[in-house]
Amino acid sequence: MNELTKLLDKKSDNLLSIFFTAGFPTLDSTTGVLLSFQDAGVDFVEVGIPYSDPLADGPVIQQTSTVAIRNGMTMDLLFTQLERLKGKLRTPLILMGYLNPVLQYGVEDFCKKARDAGVSGVILPDLPMHEYTSQYKKLFRDYGLHFVFLITPSTKEDRIREIDRESTAFIYAVSTASTTGSANDNAREQKLAYLKRLKEMRLSHPVVVGFGIHDRVTLQDAWDHASGAIIGTAYLQLLAKTSDEQKAIHELINSISKQ
Amino acid sequence: MNSHPDNLGYYGTFGGAYIPELLYDNVEELRNAYLKIMGTDSYRSELASLLKDYVGRPTPLFYAANLSEKYGTKIYLKREDLCHTGAHKLNNVVGQALLAKRMGKKHIIAETGAGQHGVATATVCALLKLPCTVFMGKKDTQRQELNVLRMNMLGAEVIPVTSGSQTLKDATNDAIRYWINHPDNTYYLIGSTIGPHPYPDLVARLQAVISQEMMSQLLEKEGRKDPDYVIACVGGGSNAAGAFFHFIGNGTTKLIGAEASGEGIHSGKTAATISIGSEGILHGTRTILMQTSDGQVEEAHSISAGLDYPGIGPLHAWLHKSKQALYLPVTDDEAMQAALSLTRMEGIIPALESAHALAILDKQTFKPSDVVVISLSGRGDKDMVSFQHYFA
Ligand SMILES: Cc1ncc(COP(=O)(O)O)c(C=O)c1O
Repeated sequence: MNELTKLLDKKSDNLLSIFFTAGFPTLDSTTGVLLSFQDAGVDFVEVGIPYSDPLADGPVIQQTSTVAIRNGMTMDLLFTQLERLKGKLRTPLILMGYLNPVLQYGVEDFCKKARDAGVSGVILPDLPMHEYTSQYKKLFRDYGLHFVFLITPSTKEDRIREIDRESTAFIYAVSTASTTGSANDNAREQKLAYLKRLKEMRLSHPVVVGFGIHDRVTLQDAWDHASGAIIGTAYLQLLAKTSDEQKAIHELINSISKQ
Repeated sequence: MNSHPDNLGYYGTFGGAYIPELLYDNVEELRNAYLKIMGTDSYRSELASLLKDYVGRPTPLFYAANLSEKYGTKIYLKREDLCHTGAHKLNNVVGQALLAKRMGKKHIIAETGAGQHGVATATVCALLKLPCTVFMGKKDTQRQELNVLRMNMLGAEVIPVTSGSQTLKDATNDAIRYWINHPDNTYYLIGSTIGPHPYPDLVARLQAVISQEMMSQLLEKEGRKDPDYVIACVGGGSNAAGAFFHFIGNGTTKLIGAEASGEGIHSGKTAATISIGSEGILHGTRTILMQTSDGQVEEAHSISAGLDYPGIGPLHAWLHKSKQALYLPVTDDEAMQAALSLTRMEGIIPALESAHALAILDKQTFKPSDVVVISLSGRGDKDMVSFQHYFA
């Protein structure tokens, strides 16, 4: 059974998820990073498929993607690395990347390999809802993969409701209008108002907040007003600095835990 | 098939809007506004007046007697090089800037490769008193320093882009990222028939004035409005889209696009997207692009910075796939020779981009009665250093 479904069935608040770029800082880092997340009690993971032109990403994730591609990361290699972790890794996995590499791989082959590698879901920010539902929804469903949509503070209510209807796991709420990693703490009031508005909509899927979560306050805000938080850039910065996945995750957990 | 996409922005299987949700509102706002605003009398008359008195339209359709004699056919040059700022780029910029003003936008952003679109944008922003930021690959700011100076003098802010390959594709990425981060008052003024719907259609409509004028000029000179051939260079495809626009699907005109093959299509240093590319997504549109087997976008190479782009507009991808237009690769060397030949034979120094279109004359055979129109998209002033180096 889908690991993410299992997780969301039993836990619906204080979810902690981490995004990292596969193949960064070294080609073989992927497995060590994933196991370190499991040991640290991370609820689920977004495995970033590196792409040459990541439009929705800020400088940190761009840079890690460039390094990962230079290291030789490919889709096939990623699936091989994930296959090797089967049996050892129980943390639910979501693949996050851009549409073009998936199209080149072949969407059906991608879905099949992902399922076989134990992946629970997929996030492709540049595959909009209409294109997804009209062209690809059936494939993802046939292979038992969740497809996660993003919403932003400017997404209108009727569109949020439609996204809620098309969702099967959770909704990824981008906390402010920005590319990944812009920690704009000035906009906190606006962000809280946005999360409250989402809560009052009583959506049928949990809302998990991402983009700009980097410390205790931003994490707690997400936990207080939504079901969970996704950390990406803040983790990758630590990983880039330490080049040690154990140290990076511990420093991250320390920096976001209550004193 | 006509020259317009369907209401979701598809030309056949190409086009659409493959954008992150972060851009959905911005793009939706533009999609809902562009046809409405462009259909109003006030927009049309302001655009017509600026095209006439500021851009300098209609541009001449020049009968190139010496070239015609050499190739044994009737060759006309559509003189977009005589537009203000030296290229067809201004047609699009004037139209989009008027649109942006009517949408209440306060800040214009643009990407540029060679700097021609950046200069055109900075120019119109000076005229319309709109603050302007231009994203330009760091490599290109060094290769095209004069255009950076022009933009600065015009009052634009030029941001050197250091991500990726530091060229046009990365400048486009960073312009889009800036738009994501500043969604409220920013208008993204894209420079070619690329990007998510409605941009390819919007830019094609604004450049369609090129073929519109050709029709009446040909009627006067040749007694018929449809030529036998239209030839244009293709970077993102805007001057070609404009030159082809009114002839697409007419059953008589053969449309030929010249793409830059750099040092040769298999040299690894090429921008010949249609020759070696494959289908995928680039900058929010489904099209043909140069990519690795793993779907990573490849770097383009052409001696002409304006053609140095690893993709092509979705209209052209579709015209190619449906065999309504023919796209031929032209090398750096062929373009250089064609530029020199036009200069010596007709006294016109063409832009290196436009020289790619001229080079097609050596690759096709024409009948004496054929009417051949070449889009001379820009003038060569900006390329003097490249010419000097090459012919030294
Ligand atoms: C003179 C000239 N021609 C052609 C192009 C290529 O653009 P497009 O294919 O959009 O016409 C450029 C781009 O900078 C240009 O400056």
